[in-house]
Amino acid sequence: MKVTLKVWRQKDAQSKGAFETYPMDNVNEDSSFLEMLDMLNESLTVQGKMPVEFDSDCREGICGQCGMVINGRANGHLEGTTTCQLHMRSFKDGETIYIEPFRASAFPVIRDLKVDRESLDRIIIAGGFISSHTGSAPEANSIPIGHATAESAFDSAACIGCGSCVATCKNSSASLFTAAKITHLAKLPQGQVEARKRALNMVKQMDIEGFGACTNTEACEVECPQNISVMNIARMNWEFHKAIL
Amino acid sequence: MRKINSLNTTIIRKVLMALTGLFLCFFLIIHLAGNLQLLLPHEIAQTQYNAYSHILSGNFIIKLVSYVLYVSILAHALLALVLTIVNWRAGGSKYAVDKRRQVSGWITRNMGILGSLIFVFLIVHLADFWYVYKFGHPPMDAAGNKDLYTIVVEVYKEPLYVVGYVIAMIVLGFHLWHGFQSAFRTLGLYNFKYHKWVKYFGFFFSIVMTVGFAIIPIILYFRFAGG
Repeated sequence: MKVTLKVWRQKDAQSKGAFETYPMDNVNEDSSFLEMLDMLNESLTVQGKMPVEFDSDCREGICGQCGMVINGRANGHLEGTTTCQLHMRSFKDGETIYIEPFRASAFPVIRDLKVDRESLDRIIIAGGFISSHTGSAPEANSIPIGHATAESAFDSAACIGCGSCVATCKNSSASLFTAAKITHLAKLPQGQVEARKRALNMVKQMDIEGFGACTNTEACEVECPQNISVMNIARMNWEFHKAIL
Repeated sequence: MRKINSLNTTIIRKVLMALTGLFLCFFLIIHLAGNLQLLLPHEIAQTQYNAYSHILSGNFIIKLVSYVLYVSILAHALLALVLTIVNWRAGGSKYAVDKRRQVSGWITRNMGILGSLIFVFLIVHLADFWYVYKFGHPPMDAAGNKDLYTIVVEVYKEPLYVVGYVIAMIVLGFHLWHGFQSAFRTLGLYNFKYHKWVKYFGFFFSIVMTVGFAIIPIILYFRFAGG
């Protein structure tokens, strides 16, 4: 198949970026979106031009590294997917595809499609952990946790920290990301000791990083590759209020 | 590293928006219940509604509640403005191609526009009734009370005003539809089952408020205009 790419090229956070047009021939419709970009980069390299920079790692939808805005939607028009799990068969032959980086002031552009998402790491550093020596894997039944609780905590823990929630939010809010971690630990006995401090610090860090406020549009839940529920955000608010009172 | 107080976070501002919003929802119920008296048969409505208004404006507790109401309206609007600015700043540069609207509802993304329209309506609404009643020269009824009933009836003889009022109530309904459930979520409601009922109730509440308030000028118009 043939597609025309309009790729956002930007030297660094300070430079002004712009779209560059790249016509692509002979794209295999079963190749992934990132493999298609690899093809582009190979041809750019052969021509002696700078390849397009983008993040990727596992390419199986679990690491949360890849992420870009494709035709105006976070990770393309499919719901609940990462960019690496998007395939060229989802596009029409001859289609023009616009590719931009995630845009939020807390996600400065490093180069081209690659953005700095360390702001999310700093939110985790603010409290997304438990302070105990866990040692080697403990006996599974030493802390009794009901199956439903374990499953529900795992649903929250499934967040891969890709930042798609921020990219798709009209307020660039990191609420879904922060809420997933706070909720994951709030649901388990291990998380109780530091629950109060965790909620306060992580919420504060979210503000410090310059993310926006949640207005419950629920766009994040639709685009989240792990389908993290917006109910996590309600739980985060609950944990935060408990911590203040 | 910048340090901030827990009480100076966007979530706290959201909580204040939720609380003021829910208080305003509560006020709407009382306001609608009181104003449905306008639809009683003409003679009863005039005496009863004017007496009701007289009691309300003389009562100390109602006066106190009315101040809370004014503060709530202003706080709700100002906090919305502050949060909107925070959200704009958080956005950074704009997407060249932006189709994010495909994944959320129009109402949820435009609460600010809906809210601003309601605010404009409120100014007109207060100028028409509240200001005239408090500071104007309203006519008197047979019982010696200020005749708010006649003021209302006169205003709703104007068809354009009735249309505008009905449109404003539809806008209010949309704002409440999202606002009601959003407020509960901001306050930390998280149980899936419970949340579903809040959603249904919010929808039901919005419809009752819109229909309830919109029906008053429509009925008064057909009862008195040209008569």
